[in-house]
Amino acid sequence: MKEGYELIYKRPESLLQTRMHYCPGCFHSTTHKILMEVVDELGIKEKTVGVCPVGCSVFAYDYLDVDMQEAAHGRAAAVATGIKRILPDRVVFSYQGDGDLAAIGTAETLHACNRGENFTFIFINNGIYGMTGGQMAPTTLEGQKTSTSPYGRDPEKVGLPLKMCEIVSQFKRVAFVQRVSFNTPANARKAKKAIKTAFEIQMKKLGTTFIEVASNCPSQWKCTPEESLDWLTNHVFPYYPLGVFKEPPKTKE
Amino acid sequence: MPQKGYVEISVEGCKGCNLCVLHCPTNCLALNTKDTNSYGLHYAYLAEEDKCIACMNCSVICPDAAITVYKKMAA
Ligand SMILES: Cc1ncc(C[n+]2csc(CCOP(=O)(O)OP(=O)(O)O)c2C)c(N)n1
Ligand code: SF4
Ligand code: SF4
Ligand code: SF4
Repeated sequence: MKEGYELIYKRPESLLQTRMHYCPGCFHSTTHKILMEVVDELGIKEKTVGVCPVGCSVFAYDYLDVDMQEAAHGRAAAVATGIKRILPDRVVFSYQGDGDLAAIGTAETLHACNRGENFTFIFINNGIYGMTGGQMAPTTLEGQKTSTSPYGRDPEKVGLPLKMCEIVSQFKRVAFVQRVSFNTPANARKAKKAIKTAFEIQMKKLGTTFIEVASNCPSQWKCTPEESLDWLTNHVFPYYPLGVFKEPPKTKE
Repeated sequence: MPQKGYVEISVEGCKGCNLCVLHCPTNCLALNTKDTNSYGLHYAYLAEEDKCIACMNCSVICPDAAITVYKKMAA
């Protein structure tokens, strides 16, 4: 370190030094980093349990230095339910892609939300199946080309993209819902605050907390990381607006 | 006067996504397009150190947590 300078930011302790396998510019990496910054700041490393999915983030347990459990494809919400019910003092999160949470795992997701299970969903919505070769997801935008919708998503045949934040906000026992992104430093800072808020609400046992990351997939969108930010701004945010969809009523401290 | 800073970017940890370069408000970062790390990827570096204002935009946006930020202490 240079003399006369002080350290103001370094890689979070709870993010292992292991090189993550994600493609350059992929928000899976950013989400891991921010998640572990929150864990470090709240000092909850020893009592945090994550559930990782099937999808690109299947190896999340190799990177996050907290207790992790792998779930079968789509079943992370059911596994997180079990963990949180047995160990209610732990901070539990599921980490799931859109194929995982909103296609094969829709039943588990909706019922966990309806029951108000007291864990946090970290939902990575990149509008595509990243890991398996860029197939259409339930969240693929209208007209968006993927390997299984080469002429663009046709709502006449497959319906419109699912808006999970808007859907889960309807459940009475869901306490907090926010859609965030990492396309700019300002949005990344908001995203970090959102994850922190979700964990704090979970620790107060107020109900299900749900964070959707409007994410990217430069590799399967077949663009550069920079172009993926433009796609988010021009196509994703107009359909999937960022912001808070639900929060607990303000109580006097 | 804005604060002064400098950053260290891990050559092996950087994946050359260019997002830090794009979001640095003072344009002091650049991608080294003449050299690669052991993964064959171009890496970002602090090209104009005197311009860095320790704003942490680069470390916030960097997906791979490859950036460490320092701030000059008050004299
Ligand atoms: C039971 C089962 N069905 C299908 C698959 C194949 N599969 C692996 S990952 C995946 C989808 C991944 O997409 P997503 O959840 O959006 O995550 P991403 O890779 O985009 O992060 C599928 C269908 C599987 N592994 N197991
Ligand atoms: S395929 Fe897409 S989602 Fe998967 S690591 Fe690469 S960019 Fe990220
Ligand atoms: S701290 Fe701010 S000014 Fe310095 S390199 Fe990073 S983004 Fe640029
Ligand atoms: S944001 Fe990080 S990974 Fe991307 S070029 Fe900059 S230092 Fe490298």
